[in-house]
Formats: sequence, structure tokens, C-alpha cells
Amino acid sequence: MNLLRIPTPLRPYTKGQKQIPVEGRTVEEALQSLAREFPAIEPHLFDETGALRSYVNVFLNDEDVRTLQGPATPIGEEDRIMILPSIAGGCP
Amino acid sequence: MTLVIPAHLLEAIQAQGEGAYPEEGAGFILGSTHGHTRTASAILPQANLFEVSERRRRYRISPQDMLRAEREADAMGLEIIGIFHSHPDHPAEPSAYDLEYSLPWFFYLITSVREGHAGESRVWLMLEDRSGFTEIALRTQTATQSKEA
Repeated sequence: MNLLRIPTPLRPYTKGQKQIPVEGRTVEEALQSLAREFPAIEPHLFDETGALRSYVNVFLNDEDVRTLQGPATPIGEEDRIMILPSIAGGCP
Repeated sequence: MTLVIPAHLLEAIQAQGEGAYPEEGAGFILGSTHGHTRTASAILPQANLFEVSERRRRYRISPQDMLRAEREADAMGLEIIGIFHSHPDHPAEPSAYDLEYSLPWFFYLITSVREGHAGESRVWLMLEDRSGFTEIALRTQTATQSKEA
């Protein structure tokens, strides 16, 4: 089990919990574990094609997994996982 | 739902939008939630990290800055309740791009800045099905009202 840190705007979907124990050998499996336990969070993590939404960043021990092996990045027992959104927007 | 914001904080948000003009300005709104009302108590203006050529119509705050802001809010006994940003020479209404990047639950306060002068500020919350936004009531509070509360 690893602890997955949840950012403020997604905590309403985890009953206010900041950290959730998740199962899985990869980042993708850990996120799926989170979505299984809290299904309402899923549309805010994944788009209609099942890909991670563009604002969703997952950090493994302070490293963006996009710079590692992406969702397939393996996780070890001591690894810390965080979901950290990019905040963005703009004019029409 | 309502966002209550002290007048001096709204003025600071609008001043940040004017200072960033013709680019977009943005930052975090910190505060607390009581039922359907969120009350702002501090703001954390942020650097716009979007590519320079696009900053007139785009803003981006890094995930690392988001983490720092969450920790700062924790230390103050507050939480991030929303995001503010400016729309240079455009209305204070969310765009399709705002929707694409919108997070649930956050209040999005948008200020229209026309020719360098801040106009109206409006607050929006993304609908749960991500199909659009609903407008949130914005109530400014003077220093006297804050003391009475």
C-alpha cells in the first residue's frame, strides 16, 4: 500500500481525506485503485478516452512521472505519490 | 452559493490584473468554507508561466506552485478555495479553454481588464458533469462589516 496525496479540489470526492492508501505496482494501477474506491473522482482524472486529463500531473517522490515512464512508472513500497494539478485558463 | 470577499482583497486582485495587463494575471484565493458560503481571507498572486507569446490570453500556474500554496494555506489554517485570473479586453466569463482546464469545487473569479482598467469581477463554479459553469454570487465586505461578523 502506498499513500496517494490528494489536492484540495479533489478532496470532496475522498470524503475530505488528504491522503488515500492505494494498491498497485504502477502509477496507473494506483490511480485506478483510487477511482475504484471513489468513482466520482474518475471524470476529473481521466478524459473520455481514458487518458489522464491534461491538467493532471502525478509526482513520484517529487518527480513528474511524465519524465519517468508515465502511467507505467513502477512504484515501490516507500514511494510517495501525489496528484498535483496544473492551473490554467484564459480568454476565448 | 456565495463567495464573500473583503473589499481590499478584491481590490488587490483587480490591481494584479491591471498590473499584468496586457497579459493575464492569476493567483490563489485562500479562505474557509461554511456550508454554501466561502469566505476569502488572503490571496497568493502567482507568476503566469504560460509561453510569453500567449500570455495575453492564457495563464498557467505550475503544480509545484500549487503544492507550495496548499502548504502555505495549511500553515495559515486556511484552504485554497478558488483561483483568480484576468481576461484582458474580454468579458469576465469563462472560456472553453477555462472549462477544459477547470478543476471541480474551486471557485473561479474572473476579472475583465479593458485597456488596462479592471472592470467587473464574476465568480464561476464548474458543473459536476464538466459541461459548463454556474455563476456564484460575489459579496464584498468592507472592513466595518468584517469586524461586525
